[in-house]
Amino acid sequence: MTTETRPPEAAQKAGRGVHSPGRAQITERHLRRDRWWLPQVLTAAGLLLFIGYSTWRAFFGLSTSYAPPYISPFYSPCLAANCKAGTGGVDWALFGGWWRLSPALIVLIFPLGFRLTCYYYRKAYYRSFWSSPPACAVAEPHAKYTGETRFPLILQNIHRYFFYFAIPVAGILTWDAILAFRDPHGRWGHMGLGTLVMLVNIVLIWAYTASCHSCRHIVGGRLRHFSKHPVRYRMWTWVSKLNARHMQLAWASLFSVGLTDLYVYLLASGAFSDPRFF
Amino acid sequence: MSYEATFRVWRGDADGGELTDFQVEVNDGEVVLDVVHRIQATQAPDLAVRWNCKAGKCGSCSAEINGRPRLMCMTRMSTLPAGETVTITPMRTFPVLRDLVTNVGFNYQKAREIPAFIPPQGVKPGEYRMQQEDVNRSQEFRKCIECFLCQDTCHVVRDHEENKPAFAGPRFLMRIAELDMHPLDAAADSGLDRKKTAQEEHGLGYCNITKCCTEVCPEGIKITDNALIPLKERAVDRKYDPLVWLGNKIGLRRG
Amino acid sequence: MTEVERHGYDVVVVGAGGAGLRAAIEAREHGKRTAIICKSLFGKAHTVMAEGGIAASMGNVNDQDNWQVHFRDTMRGGKFLNHWRMAELHAKEAPERVWELETWGALFDRTKDGRISQRNFGGHEYPRLAHVGDRTGLELIRTLQQKVVSLQQEDFREHGDYEARIKVFQEYTVTRVLKTADNGGSAADDRVSGVFGYQRESGRFFVIEAPAVVLATGGIGKSFKVTSNSWEYTGDGHALALLAGANLINMEFVQFHPTGMVWPPSVKGILVTESVRGDGGVLRNSDGKRFMFDYIPDVFREKYAETEEEGDRWYQDQANNRRPPELLPRDEVARAINSEVKAGRGTPHGGVFLDVSTRLPAEEIRRRLPSMHHQFKELADVDITAEPMEVGPTCHYVMGGVEVDPDTASSCVPGLFAAGEVAGGMHGSNRLGGNSLSDLLVFGRRAGLHAAEYAEAADGNRPVVDQEQIDAAAEEALAPFAAEGGENPYGLHQELQQSMNDLVGIIRREGEMEEALHRLSALRERAEQAGVEGHRQFNPGWHLALDLRNMLLVSECVARAALERQESRGGHTREDHPAMAAEWRRVLLACSLADKPVPGEGAITLQRKPNPPIREDLLALFGADELKKYLTEDEMPDAEAGLPPQRADADADKKTENGAEH
Repeated sequence: MTTETRPPEAAQKAGRGVHSPGRAQITERHLRRDRWWLPQVLTAAGLLLFIGYSTWRAFFGLSTSYAPPYISPFYSPCLAANCKAGTGGVDWALFGGWWRLSPALIVLIFPLGFRLTCYYYRKAYYRSFWSSPPACAVAEPHAKYTGETRFPLILQNIHRYFFYFAIPVAGILTWDAILAFRDPHGRWGHMGLGTLVMLVNIVLIWAYTASCHSCRHIVGGRLRHFSKHPVRYRMWTWVSKLNARHMQLAWASLFSVGLTDLYVYLLASGAFSDPRFF
Repeated sequence: MSYEATFRVWRGDADGGELTDFQVEVNDGEVVLDVVHRIQATQAPDLAVRWNCKAGKCGSCSAEINGRPRLMCMTRMSTLPAGETVTITPMRTFPVLRDLVTNVGFNYQKAREIPAFIPPQGVKPGEYRMQQEDVNRSQEFRKCIECFLCQDTCHVVRDHEENKPAFAGPRFLMRIAELDMHPLDAAADSGLDRKKTAQEEHGLGYCNITKCCTEVCPEGIKITDNALIPLKERAVDRKYDPLVWLGNKIGLRRG
Repeated sequence: MTEVERHGYDVVVVGAGGAGLRAAIEAREHGKRTAIICKSLFGKAHTVMAEGGIAASMGNVNDQDNWQVHFRDTMRGGKFLNHWRMAELHAKEAPERVWELETWGALFDRTKDGRISQRNFGGHEYPRLAHVGDRTGLELIRTLQQKVVSLQQEDFREHGDYEARIKVFQEYTVTRVLKTADNGGSAADDRVSGVFGYQRESGRFFVIEAPAVVLATGGIGKSFKVTSNSWEYTGDGHALALLAGANLINMEFVQFHPTGMVWPPSVKGILVTESVRGDGGVLRNSDGKRFMFDYIPDVFREKYAETEEEGDRWYQDQANNRRPPELLPRDEVARAINSEVKAGRGTPHGGVFLDVSTRLPAEEIRRRLPSMHHQFKELADVDITAEPMEVGPTCHYVMGGVEVDPDTASSCVPGLFAAGEVAGGMHGSNRLGGNSLSDLLVFGRRAGLHAAEYAEAADGNRPVVDQEQIDAAAEEALAPFAAEGGENPYGLHQELQQSMNDLVGIIRREGEMEEALHRLSALRERAEQAGVEGHRQFNPGWHLALDLRNMLLVSECVARAALERQESRGGHTREDHPAMAAEWRRVLLACSLADKPVPGEGAITLQRKPNPPIREDLLALFGADELKKYLTEDEMPDAEAGLPPQRADADADKKTENGAEH
């Protein structure tokens, strides 16, 4: 056989993709018989559920964003003047008094951007929302495809900025989790179910953040000679182990954030009171 | 222990073809390629199929089994749903030659477009010193048997013939990653920036990391996580990261 | 006149495995326009199957290793039948060939100090095999392939054409080596003029005119039923050489690798690498006994452990212990397994147990033997970290091949070169593991170099292809389409494989081999009538019908030579002549094409040739006691030479020999 490929202009006439001229003429766009659509449907359902819930909470949740000593992760840090007062958490009011919308919107941009540009979530929504591709070896519906070579998707390359921002955000949420060891009156030495919820959440958030592909690159992946940087090599090895679970951590931390907020909401709205360990 | 199975095999050439049914005996422990060989030996002597080692080491017998890109020699019959028809077609991303054989010339052309390893100046044969931890990453990529299933499944070219000139495909982007991570490759000294050319000449940006290449890899290479994403991050280093830029300016960072 | 696609090159290399690619690279680097012809896709050659490593005495792991020790091991492994000069060149040049691969991008496993790691292997005194996990062959072929590509990139920069000076003809098959026209029997101009063959894809014929042809087509395993070899191993180069007038030597020596998979049936024969044993795997029979201790032959008695404890200690401390007998040369282990199974102590599927699961932690097994772990998991549903493998002998390698000049790799036909498995002599009666990859590189390079020089010399007087030969070759190739209702080639192939396996297998008997010759002659007549359906475009039935000619020719060589050699040595075991005979060491059996094959008779004539005597200084590397086991009385070096009765091996050699030339 020779090593030429067909000229691309010949491709456009009869059909496109798997029906391009020269390829085996098979009518079906794919021949998969397993339930290839199932993971996509589940992914879409999971993401939509979270989007719906978090939108509702971000816009209308201010009054139930704090149930002493627990502060909802959607509302921390506070960067506007209209937050709940007296939380003891980070309250910088950088935006001053003109901001009339929910303060959560300012904060959520960062985790949202981090997750939106995350290599795992990209795969998830390209597949489930954009069908690009719907599943492996299943033809996609689009006539053209340029991937991440142009605006706006070329912006996915800024993932690592969001990673840089994600670190202080995770730091602040860690502080919030520490504050959860106070009782509702501000005295230290308390622990309730909420404390545990916040602890689990912050561990998962750190794990997700540290398992990020950009993080893996920055701590060591960018090096050429691991042998000359033993400490960074070890860090890279740890991050690589976490990174192998990036998908699981992405889902686990997504749900834990939502559940933490839900827990605060339920306490603040008086649905039940926090079981106290000590 | 043996049973009769129905195989539906695509037969034809570039001018047309169809799925043809065969009733064929299947024995205990057999793989799809064994059954295709039986069809060849008993019913269709001219059934065209490529194969060599029959042990998953050469990457010749790539095809699509029930719509999924796979090596025929590594697909055990016992892993397919019992009693159901087994459909086998040639890879659907490359021009078909005959029956299950496709023209994979696209891949050989792309292989030529990736600049080869550049040996370091002044290091003689026998004087190469590399640490195991420094070669591990590239060694993973060198496990590749060039079955081209990743190239076949990648929607960038599978679903868009017009992207073929601009996109090297996962196999050859991984080759760039392999060379970029090679501890002694002297590309940079000779003025070649593999990270930049990956993006500017070999179509790294087309990859939307949907991981089908990793899913089909018979060698289990983590193409997306270990080659493509790190390569994207390396390209970002070059083009978009202000901290890296600053670090380079003040002399803090040396790869 | 036949329609053919025509090309002209300086050097044509038939075969794109390790030897072929190495030869082509060398010829191209000497400025010759080079064509590489491969039967399958570029980079798929059988070399990818090699697992263990490349033997080269770099001394990275044990600095007592040097070329002399490697030479000694090679001669011992081949039972002194090797062509000493080939063994010498091989041992001397192997390290350079390995190091050179690194400059082309190969990434071997490393030692702590960053050098190429080397592992133990059967028959090698020191850890000697450069390796990459258990996929060394893949690394080798990929490196050479990428080197070819880099040469093409160089041509592209200079000439704007990737294929200006080196081109790969993928999925092309050669059916004849062409020679100059017979002009009145002038032997002076009886030389190679090119090759004829067909393209698999289109079925069209092609001719490449070239003064020099390098055969690098590998082996003949597909003539046997249970084999580790791929479909390409149909003895094409062996047959092409015979048909072109060259001789084949040592064809009776066929290596059965001791450990091939035995179950499931569809993968029967697929290789289980020797590194499993090198890394601690042990062989047991169905009684759970490590039976290899019962099978240490006298010539190896001093070198191998006598108790399991000593054998086990060797893995940790090789300086003070002798190695376990699982690491005996392949022929010994294969025969031992064969005997155990015959004695009724085999496994349910007719093999023996090879166990590494009780010897190494699971994690370590996965790290050291990844592709074996993968292979058993995927193909046999066996987890080798938890349970033993079942293994048995499989046809693996043919020591015999084209008789060549050791230094130039040239056959007796001017312009015809051979390297790699298709060449004979290097490995004597049995090849050591790891010596084939180094053989490919050392003699591949030599063949390419001398082919280039030969082509250079022929420049003013290029051979002319003979149209009559082209027409005859085309007619021969089209014959299967003419045979209306002819026999199915697949059926014939299966009969051939069964006959060879049953009658000329590991243990051979006179009557059975006579029967084999009888059957082969009948099969040859039937194969001439084999017919195929369909058309010429990618038609595997047709391809097989054409390959049958080659398999039948080489099978006859094997059977005829095996019948003639009345002794047991290396890869040739006669039940009726179980001992090794020093007299036979001096004899090489050379096959050539019979003048006119008569129906019912053979197509091959056999000739006895003297094995050239070993150079004195090389003999001096051995102790007199050892030489006595192999040499006849009058071959023994003179008493004045003052050979010590025993060599204290490397310790004594080291001082004087470390500075030796490479």
